[in-house]
Amino acid sequence: MLSPEERHEIEAEIAHYPDKRAVCIDAMKVVQKHRGWVSDEALGDVAEFLGMSVDELDSVATFYNLIFRKPVGRHVIMVCDSVSCWLMGYDRVRDHLTSRLGIQLGETTPDGRFTLLPIVCLGTCDHAPAMMVDNELHRDLDAEKIDSILEQYK
Amino acid sequence: MAKIWVDDKWYEVGADQSLLEACLELGFDLPYFCWHPALGSVGACRQCAVKQYRDEKDTRGRLVMSCMTPASEGARISIKDADAASFRAGVVEGLMQNHPHDCPVCDEGGECHLQDMTVMTGHNYRQTTYPKRTFRNQNLGPLINHEMNRCIQCYRCVRYYREYAGGRDLDAFASRNQVFFGRHQEGTLQNEFAGNLVEICPTGVFTDKTLKKHYTRKWDLQMAPSVCVHCGLGCNTTAAERYGSLRRILNRYNGHVNGYFLCDRGRFGYEFVRGEQRIKQTLARQDGKLKPLPKAKAIEQLGRVLPGNQKVIGIGSPRASLEANFALRTLVGPERFFSGMSDQGSHLVSLMEEILRQGPARTPSLSEIEISDAVLVLGEDVTNVAPRIALALRQSVRQQPMEFTDKLKIPRWLDHAVREAIQDVKGPLFIAAPSATRLDDAATATYRAAPDDLARLGFAIAHALDPQAPDVPDLAAGARSLAEQIAAALKSAKRPLVISGPSSSSAAVIEAAANVARGLAKAGQAVGLAFTMPEANSLGANLMGGGDLSAAFKAVEEGRADTVIILENDLYLKAPAAAVDRFLDAARHVIAIDYLSTPTVAKSELALPAGAFAESDGTLVSSEGRAQRFFQAYIPKDDIQQSWRWLIEMMRAAGRSEAESWSTLDDVIAALAQGISALAKITEAAPSAKFRKLGEKIARAPNRYSGRTSMLANINVSEPKPPDDPDSALAFSMEGYQEHPPPSLTPFFWAPGWNSIQSLNKFQSEIKGPLRGGDPGVRLIEPPETANGSFFSSVPKPFAARPEEWLLVPLYHIFGSEELSRQAPAVAELAPKPYLAVNSEDAAHLQVQAGDQIEVNLAGTAHRLPVAIHPDLPKGIAGFPAGVVSLEGTGLLAWSKLSRL
Repeated sequence: MLSPEERHEIEAEIAHYPDKRAVCIDAMKVVQKHRGWVSDEALGDVAEFLGMSVDELDSVATFYNLIFRKPVGRHVIMVCDSVSCWLMGYDRVRDHLTSRLGIQLGETTPDGRFTLLPIVCLGTCDHAPAMMVDNELHRDLDAEKIDSILEQYK
Repeated sequence: MAKIWVDDKWYEVGADQSLLEACLELGFDLPYFCWHPALGSVGACRQCAVKQYRDEKDTRGRLVMSCMTPASEGARISIKDADAASFRAGVVEGLMQNHPHDCPVCDEGGECHLQDMTVMTGHNYRQTTYPKRTFRNQNLGPLINHEMNRCIQCYRCVRYYREYAGGRDLDAFASRNQVFFGRHQEGTLQNEFAGNLVEICPTGVFTDKTLKKHYTRKWDLQMAPSVCVHCGLGCNTTAAERYGSLRRILNRYNGHVNGYFLCDRGRFGYEFVRGEQRIKQTLARQDGKLKPLPKAKAIEQLGRVLPGNQKVIGIGSPRASLEANFALRTLVGPERFFSGMSDQGSHLVSLMEEILRQGPARTPSLSEIEISDAVLVLGEDVTNVAPRIALALRQSVRQQPMEFTDKLKIPRWLDHAVREAIQDVKGPLFIAAPSATRLDDAATATYRAAPDDLARLGFAIAHALDPQAPDVPDLAAGARSLAEQIAAALKSAKRPLVISGPSSSSAAVIEAAANVARGLAKAGQAVGLAFTMPEANSLGANLMGGGDLSAAFKAVEEGRADTVIILENDLYLKAPAAAVDRFLDAARHVIAIDYLSTPTVAKSELALPAGAFAESDGTLVSSEGRAQRFFQAYIPKDDIQQSWRWLIEMMRAAGRSEAESWSTLDDVIAALAQGISALAKITEAAPSAKFRKLGEKIARAPNRYSGRTSMLANINVSEPKPPDDPDSALAFSMEGYQEHPPPSLTPFFWAPGWNSIQSLNKFQSEIKGPLRGGDPGVRLIEPPETANGSFFSSVPKPFAARPEEWLLVPLYHIFGSEELSRQAPAVAELAPKPYLAVNSEDAAHLQVQAGDQIEVNLAGTAHRLPVAIHPDLPKGIAGFPAGVVSLEGTGLLAWSKLSRL
């Protein structure tokens, strides 16, 4: 069941378009904002709300890497593996993160604190290597800096 | 026409074609994946690249996708160009990187478009050493097998399933190297045309799951042109055999009828032929039970019963061939022959035939239905009764919107652009039926009402079109305005179409549909009028004539007859059980000819095992009035033989002179054409058995048919001579003419380099057009040039719900309502469980909820059924699944009390 708040936010988006299916991505982002991810159940609810089949909505959901169809940790770390970051030491950043957190890319720490994901280009090539935690961008990374950044997210 | 240059030679090609279509039509081998003649071009796979040159001076040229480029006047292209050829090889190499190369264990192997295209482009050696991506497959139900690792991402499946067939539960998931085609969750594909994925998929992702149980490669199959027996539409099929058993059904292209597609009942219903219900031996009643009897003894027994017997009557069948029916009619005499339809069925089919014969509206072919631009469906749930019509109607709603894209100068074959321009706009389609139908999502408006009210809507539409048509004075305002809306939509259409039929058991509904068609025709419109027919040869049986069942029952009751021969007919589906019991008990001798062990067979004294469609030759008349010949794929084992052969043996036993001159199918057809003028043209349905091409018969099996010398070695090491076929120009062998047989005799589609069904391009005179030599079948009914007759005038009274009784209306199901296919295990699995449906208000009144047991009392018999709530059913009506629950009997709608248990 969508919460009244979620419904309200989705309806606000629907008002902008002639066809309510057009808001399917926004609707899933609304759900994800409230719940962290989009479960099968939530997917069914959104599909029904927008007059789509679950298959149609899931087709959109699975196309986008920022719609999470599996549970994620409290904080999502997205580390850039695009060309500039790769040149500037993405490997070191990734290795430090995986050893520090004890998880591989695509995994969540056992305490549910962090999920580590790769991403292509955060648009900050002049300050590579970079990563994003939740909605905050962190640039010019090195091991020390990463440690202090991680401390900020409980 | 346009003149184009291909590799420095010029050719005339049709206007409004893509270069790919033009090249294929010219006979060039140009590889492709994502293009499909019925789906158009999207330019997704990049496989059909050619070099295009600006003019004769341009020596450099540029690569274009031939499917996305119009074959415009003066276009210069090269297929052979080295850049183009290496580009195409590179595309296949890319697609093959993740392909498992598992051809030896893949069901598609030997008829795989991917195999063909890989060979055609010359990509021979895999160079990549990376691991291949793999997927988890889904269980998509009993009909279709899923093996995603083989996918090459051409997107044909979702384009067909979603855009062409209107399905919503198959989609593309994820992106890049992970693209997955399947369902959101495992489960049975819900679309009634999902089976076509088997032929749409260019490789082995979607394959026939029923074939898997008794798998045989295409090259090892012995095949014959056949006609579907699971509804009245007469879709053309290919029946395929190995080791004496039917292995599968494939679509057989007929440009006028089914085109590229079948429904799932037609594709997967065939397993009844292999089923437990078959009678394989001659059975005779001994000590009260049917027991096997040597065939010769059975003939002897017939010899005791038939000669000089003046009291023999014959009951024919709307599911048996014209030839079988005619043989029975000849054996017993026309006045002692009964058509085998239920009283009401016979009445309605006669009415429909009369309307079609009289005109002015003409009955359209399925391909004409597809291009109708405004449609009224009155009283039919076509998806569940004559399914292939529903797929045609899904294309018809695109006709008006495509006139808009024509104005934008978007070629119709440029599929994605056309769909983007159209979005969700649909042309007029109105559906009036007792209950929701599976096509409602494509409809402009729907109307749900009792049969009498459906007829009233139809009469009102006709009146709105032509004031001379009778009015419906007391029509409710809502229905009135809907009638006016429908009339306006039909009136402004170029190719309007009215579809109706006998499913509502109402003559008034049929008459109302005829009035609408007449109203349009009188205004000078080229209107089509299509009727569904209850069975595969209903129209043929009606053209043959013969009394209805009650008349047959009466003949025995009054002592005018005491010996009954029943041909391929289960009377318990046609009349109330008590009446059939009385009839069969009163007759001294009951002889049944059938392939299934029906309740009627169980009551007989002698049961003769008949060949099913794939084991017989004959002619069926479709609801379009098209006579089409079907042929044996193989000679059945045991005592089984074709019904008309049994009947010839009976004639011989009875000492009839015809038996002397009748020995082959052509003899029966000749006598039939001479004896019944309405059927005289059936001789043109296919060439006779004398036909030869280059002095040879046509081979039923492909050149590469293997194992013939050893396949019966467990019985005898000497290879037996292949059986003769005196009845057709086809041979039970791979020896014979292979290339381009006449379309009605084409057992399979194959061309060098084209092993898959895509070889069809080589058999058509134009892509997506008629087969070379003309599409099979001959139309028997054409309306007269000048219309005669007048409007039907008996408008029924409005339906009035009764306080404590409900009108029982059959609701049809594609899986379960048809007698033969429901014996096929895969179809049976998808059939609904018994139910009795009422709307929520009536359920509340009856104090029942979904699942509660309720009792229906009909003609003294009580039936207990679980309640289902169908919110869309009109008040006062109770629906039951036709065929799954037998409440029909009489074919008339009955009223019954309903009591809660």
